[in-house]
Amino acid sequence: MIGSPDVVAFTKEDEYGQTSPDPWALPEEFSIPLHPLADSNPWAKTSYAKFTKDFILISEFSEQVGPQPLLTIPDDPKVCGTFDLNYFSLRIMSVDYQASFVGHPPGSGYPRLSFVEDSRVVLGDSKEGAFAYVHHLTLYDLEARGFVRPFCMAYVSADERKIMLQFQELSLRFSQASECLKAGNRRAFAKELQRKLRDLEYTHSVLQREEGLQREAGPQCMYSAHAVEKANELANVEKSIYEHRDLLRQISSYHCRPRRDPHAVTCQKCMTECLSECEALLDKYAKLANPFSYTDKGGKGEEGQVNVEGGEEEVEEDVKRRPSYTPQLIKAKSAKCFDKRLKTLQELCDQTFYGATVELLKETERSFRGDLCYLHTRRLDKTLRRRQRVTNFLFEEDLGDDDEDEGGTLRPFCAVNHAVDNYTLLNPPPIVLGPEPLELDSLEPPDPLDPASETSHTQESELGLGESHLESSPSDQTLETQESSEETKGSFSSDKSGMGPAQKHESLASVRSEPPDPDSDLTLDPDHNADLERESSSEETTAGEDEGDQTPVSLLEVVSELEASREDDCERGSDGACEMESDLLVPIDTACCMAQEGFLYEASAPEADLHLGQSSHHQPSHTLVVNQEPQALLPLQDDYTVGSPCSESPAAGLELPVGLLGDAVSHTSVEDGSDCTMSASTGSDRAASPLGYGGVVTLRQRKKAGQGALRFVRQYPFAIQALWCLLSGRTLVVLGADEGRVRRLVAALALFVPGPGKCGERVQAWLSCPFTLTDLQRWKLVGLQRVASPVGSSMLYSLSRYSRYISILDADQKTLRCPPYRGQLLANVADHRTYIRRGSTYFLHVQSTLCRMAAKAFLFTFTHHLHLPVSSAEGPEVVEGRRRCFLQEQLGLGEEDSQILLYLSQLVTQQYLQPATGGSAAAAPCFSFNYTTSVLYKI
Amino acid sequence: MLRWILGGREAQSSVEKSPVLCIGEEQPKNWFTELQVLKGHFDIVRFLVQIDDFRCASAGDDGLVLVWNIETGERLQELRGHSQQITAITTFTCNDGLTSHTSLITASSDRSLSLWDPDTGNRVQTISDLQSSVKCLLVLERLCVWVSGGEELCVWNKDFQLQCHRQNHSDTGITALIELPKNCVAAAMDKEIMIYRLTVSHDSSVSVAELRCLSDHQDQIRALININDGLFASGSHAGELILWDAIDWNILAYEHILWEESQTSAQAEIRLGAPKPSEMSIQHLTTNGKLILAAVGSGLYVYSILTKSVLAYRKVAHDSNVLHTMLLSDSELMSCSEDGSVRMWEIQDLPLPAEPASPGFFGMWTFGRSNKQAGPPSKKIMEVPNIRMLELTGDLIGHSGAVQMFVSFQENGLVTCSTDQLLILWKNGERQSHLRSLALFKKLEENGGL
Repeated sequence: MIGSPDVVAFTKEDEYGQTSPDPWALPEEFSIPLHPLADSNPWAKTSYAKFTKDFILISEFSEQVGPQPLLTIPDDPKVCGTFDLNYFSLRIMSVDYQASFVGHPPGSGYPRLSFVEDSRVVLGDSKEGAFAYVHHLTLYDLEARGFVRPFCMAYVSADERKIMLQFQELSLRFSQASECLKAGNRRAFAKELQRKLRDLEYTHSVLQREEGLQREAGPQCMYSAHAVEKANELANVEKSIYEHRDLLRQISSYHCRPRRDPHAVTCQKCMTECLSECEALLDKYAKLANPFSYTDKGGKGEEGQVNVEGGEEEVEEDVKRRPSYTPQLIKAKSAKCFDKRLKTLQELCDQTFYGATVELLKETERSFRGDLCYLHTRRLDKTLRRRQRVTNFLFEEDLGDDDEDEGGTLRPFCAVNHAVDNYTLLNPPPIVLGPEPLELDSLEPPDPLDPASETSHTQESELGLGESHLESSPSDQTLETQESSEETKGSFSSDKSGMGPAQKHESLASVRSEPPDPDSDLTLDPDHNADLERESSSEETTAGEDEGDQTPVSLLEVVSELEASREDDCERGSDGACEMESDLLVPIDTACCMAQEGFLYEASAPEADLHLGQSSHHQPSHTLVVNQEPQALLPLQDDYTVGSPCSESPAAGLELPVGLLGDAVSHTSVEDGSDCTMSASTGSDRAASPLGYGGVVTLRQRKKAGQGALRFVRQYPFAIQALWCLLSGRTLVVLGADEGRVRRLVAALALFVPGPGKCGERVQAWLSCPFTLTDLQRWKLVGLQRVASPVGSSMLYSLSRYSRYISILDADQKTLRCPPYRGQLLANVADHRTYIRRGSTYFLHVQSTLCRMAAKAFLFTFTHHLHLPVSSAEGPEVVEGRRRCFLQEQLGLGEEDSQILLYLSQLVTQQYLQPATGGSAAAAPCFSFNYTTSVLYKI
Repeated sequence: MLRWILGGREAQSSVEKSPVLCIGEEQPKNWFTELQVLKGHFDIVRFLVQIDDFRCASAGDDGLVLVWNIETGERLQELRGHSQQITAITTFTCNDGLTSHTSLITASSDRSLSLWDPDTGNRVQTISDLQSSVKCLLVLERLCVWVSGGEELCVWNKDFQLQCHRQNHSDTGITALIELPKNCVAAAMDKEIMIYRLTVSHDSSVSVAELRCLSDHQDQIRALININDGLFASGSHAGELILWDAIDWNILAYEHILWEESQTSAQAEIRLGAPKPSEMSIQHLTTNGKLILAAVGSGLYVYSILTKSVLAYRKVAHDSNVLHTMLLSDSELMSCSEDGSVRMWEIQDLPLPAEPASPGFFGMWTFGRSNKQAGPPSKKIMEVPNIRMLELTGDLIGHSGAVQMFVSFQENGLVTCSTDQLLILWKNGERQSHLRSLALFKKLEENGGL
């Protein structure tokens, strides 16, 4: 049944970019496409597979039940549809390329831990239409066979090429995840070993005592069967202790081992810390010679020497205060393999590390959404934008910070303190189950060179403080260790923080990085510790932005763009949601070059709603302007859409491959529909995406706005003048009585506001009081309420007063009052007879035009001789002439078009100079204008 | 129609509808193409003084004095100390041989005087519990003393020690002070101008003596200025403009500015109602040594000192009272008004210079304006052949309240202050853009590229 999966050869184009041609292959012109229908549409490829979109699968080869899937990311049963995860797990787990070796090597008496490098392989299952990048890894488990548990993480996609071409990137990401898991696993393993060792030692001591009692009882029964059994048991326990200690040594030597895996970069800091902790442990348990060493009270023992009573008091206090871990007797015979419960992945790795890994994988999944073409274009786009840092603020949305490591840099991913600069403050949780984690002394092993402690121990044991000691000390120990074990689980309930441990635990789980170690209590005074607490809480708040990541990402539907445009036309209320992720899947619109059958990913309504809820949670003011889509409109949509956007089943959206023809037909009908609904929707009261205030303007919002802008351009013949006003820095006031319409117009026009600010600070969507000069200085696009009250008259007064600084677009009477524009630069974005039919296409069209303008502005701004004289003999007139010549002849810009460039250049200059001048408090921004007559444009 | 004759660009109909002079949006001669709003005051800003080439101080009813860098628009200092509105502010430059240091002297309604260091923001000296609040300040740098005027006239040395003082007879107190030759000081008190002489005795103590009282004005004196070493001028609420000899204090010229001609258009007067005194009140006088510019009601009036005659005038220059004026050059001037605008004017020849203005031509708009003078030495303006006109070349609109005052920093810009609690820094956009480019390439060089 386990057929050998067809391993896809990982071929990479060689460095010269020439692949050796297949000598038997037909020349391309003679080849017949195998699936003409499918091939004509690369986006339809998804249809082979039984799943809708790519996902990440984590499986394990359980020693009890065999290969089994553990987790999919996104964690939603719908994601894989009818795809058989069990079967696929079987396939991917049946190939283990890891050279794992378990057991006793010939030379040593102890079991060996196998240090296995991860293996990466691309597997395909042509029948299922599934291809996968499979990353095998092994984790250590004390209870598992050979101490190892094989796992694998797979990126499953229907597109083989996507996996092949993204192999490096996938490998990098999964290596990070794997390293993270393994790091957590080592900690957990060490912890487990430690616990086991303690149990063993306790058992050992108990056995020894029993044996001693027996021996005292009399020599006659020395060789009784019972005694022999006891002795054997004791020997077994001792052997086990040695074995486990060796395992501990092995795990701590993990870091010293040279790594062959180029991607296996771990956080150096974590490594060293883990290493030192392991070594400390190792030292501690190194001396089995003293079987009672587990009862060693460390520093307290010393203290006890000085003041026995005080020490006891402290012990009592400890007893009262903290519950602790009880060492358990270990049965001589271990449970049967199938009786025991295997640890889950979550238990195998530290909770923090597990959480971080899942986050990392989620992020990976997100970043690989969309098809190859989209990914490629996006990457190109990002590279380009990274180069244009100086002008990006003008029209591009903000680049995330995490883009840095996307270029394939080998930045180690660290679950505990990755990407946190205050590196030193954050320590990984201790893996030490030391008797007294709050005191460093107790953490340290009793120094063998320290005569005092040594003697004290020996004295204690030798004098045989005996039974009382044996009886009392385990109880101390118990309480302390229980306490410490709880601490190490990650819930640091510091006394200073008011948070309950449970809460704290939760917050820890949601935060990738972990708050500082309470170990530092010893060295830090309480104030400092409070600082640390604050540190961690501030981290939590910053991490709160990522909360979108935490929520199970609901299914993305595959919906056709026509549905998206339907959505646009209906102005779905959900678009008000402040999307957390700017790179939601709205891939490149190929409408210009292709027929409209491309299947595009659009975030589904449930997700949007989910985000809506969140955003409303974050910004309460936000909800005031977000209006929900009336449900009555939805049935109408269903007529046009293939998959209902609101039905929660993406599977319905999946069965999209409608024939080309049908699609085209439905598309045209939608276009007609959109034209019909245009007037209706403009009359409606619903608000478009609320720009500004609060949320960062996302790409998705901007694409939505693209639809509005397209409509504006097609509806208003004077759109070109309005756009020119915005681009040349003249404030545009959209005046209207209907808030919804004004907001929609503003949202659409906001696309053209240069340098709108991260959250659209230069745009004011709705203003219902008269504005002042300072407002003009601040806002470049204002939606103004027209009211017929005395307030309205003062508003009109302010409008006429500042009329020289503003252009007024009257949304009710459909007029525009602004200076005349006769340029050509904007003709192609403001053509009201444009053939562009879709918002996102138009958006990209506009983006490219604006990008070109920004590039010109950049050139203009940073060309020295256009602004400053080349020689001292030149006067300002010469420079002026040169500038004009550059603008008019080299860039071919007329008078008005030059104004756009001058304004953009001014913004670039200000942006570039800002750090220098923006330091002091009161320097208000400048506001430039010019004196030109305005004319009134009518429709 | 008037405006059409005088070169206005507005259509006739709009002129008849509203008396508001409007230049429109096309202003090629207006080079203020950039502005910066300076916020900081909490009440009406009434005073602006220039400290040096790049700093100015503003003071207002909130008792605050703010020092601004007009190149960047930064607020450099905030001088807090007065609990009530500032009534007078002046700069006080100490020249100790090599260096000169400028301080600020402020007077407030809380009856205190303060000396400030605008560099550090420290209050260097302060005198409180004066008998009355000071309404005007005058620094006599030559004598190293300064004079404060209110209900009494006090002379102080540079260490804020009272040298001498003199009680006034008048109730209103001194509203304006100017320095005259021969250590004399002229003080405007209600309808009179008092001439005082300061004498410095050997032990460097100063005494004040009252020399003369000039009581030729019919109404309250609103403005008092120095013209040059030999002349000073005063303007009254009733529209009287008197030119005085600075040495023997005789009247050299007397001009009574009356916009309405009572004899010829009595009916019109009835229809309009009597001209309010504020319509001919001389709010402000400025001079550049050759010309006197008077802000009369909401109009402007340019008087030539050489010919002792009216050079140009405009009855309705603003919608409301003109509060402050300035002569930028022999032909350019600027005014600000309660209507919230600043206007720039140019003195131009009449459009038809070959054709002397005929009485008939003027007769068409007798209703519009009049210039008959009641005072004996006045002449009829329309008979003056070389009368020229004031043409509006640009206006600055930004304030939403009355523009109280402005200070020009030549090409660096213009600062206006207003009752709307704002200051606006008007700049030449082109020049600023050039400066920014310079800064950009400097920074580029410092950074060693992008």
